[in-house]
Amino acid sequence: MSTLDQTTEQILTLAAAHFKVPRAALQPDDDFFRKLGINSLQALDLLTRLEQHFRIELPDYELQGVSDFRTLAERIQSRL
Amino acid sequence: MKSFRGEALSWELSGGVIELVLDRAPCNEIGSVALVELEKFIGALASLQRETHALIISSARSEGFCAGADLRELYRRSNELSAAARIAGVREFLERIHKVMNAIDAAPFVTIAAVLGVPCGGGFELALVCDLIVADKMARFCFPELRLGLIPGFGGIPRLKRDLGNAVVRDLLLTGRSINASKAQAAGLVSQVVAEGDALRAARSTAAQIAKFDRETTLAAKRFIKPIPREELLREIEIFCELFTRPAVNEGLRKFVESTDALPYLP
Repeated sequence: MSTLDQTTEQILTLAAAHFKVPRAALQPDDDFFRKLGINSLQALDLLTRLEQHFRIELPDYELQGVSDFRTLAERIQSRL
Repeated sequence: MKSFRGEALSWELSGGVIELVLDRAPCNEIGSVALVELEKFIGALASLQRETHALIISSARSEGFCAGADLRELYRRSNELSAAARIAGVREFLERIHKVMNAIDAAPFVTIAAVLGVPCGGGFELALVCDLIVADKMARFCFPELRLGLIPGFGGIPRLKRDLGNAVVRDLLLTGRSINASKAQAAGLVSQVVAEGDALRAARSTAAQIAKFDRETTLAAKRFIKPIPREELLREIEIFCELFTRPAVNEGLRKFVESTDALPYLP
């Protein structure tokens, strides 16, 4: 199973590629709404991509209040 | 009328397939304009159905298939009316949209929803009346009505109960969460999950396959496997109207209308 750091890295890589942001510009503690410039609809799009990538199901209510990549990775990690 | 172009949608019958395309900003919300045009479509079916073997409902908007009822219009109109007139207006709207949904549900040809984006509430209900749902792999389905202090009002609960198992129905309704296309397919809601941007092509391919079969046999099969849950649909309107009288609903709608978020009813 991936470590939390590995999961975080995969999220950052996937988000950077999809939202066309340089990977080096993203850090684990960044606010992904602000850093990626996305709204809640695009956040759901990211959630779908993460569910597909990690082959998990992550209810959107578990992401309520989550806005940084590290906490997002923790939520995903708990479903792996 | 073999083709129509309105403010909220258009349709065209060609080669035995009616393509009904939703196209009203921001995301095909169903308000008074869309309702009138949907009624016009239902009215035209009597003359179209003899030449039709399939209907495809899709969206021209990249934002998604349909975001459901036009809650901004509902809030604005509700606050212009007395309490009694407000309920009467909501009931009339629901009865009219139910007639549209029931007509599509029981249409004498095969109906296919080509879905993308996040079909919410009434948009999800519009997809649910179709015989087949072909979903873009990035689509997500949800019923956020409980967040507003309401239940789905366009026939969603009876049709969910008809089509899906209890665990999924309760999960969708009671948590208000969204599920992705793969989960929806595993639950029996979605027939096909296709690549991004490919839902309409796949729906057209499916319609072409359906055209190969004897029409009467197809209709007999459809009627047998897809009864209209009429009593429960009427009960849904009653429950919706009962809930709609509560101040919490107006407050929920006010928050929705005043929010600038893309999905104010989702986390």
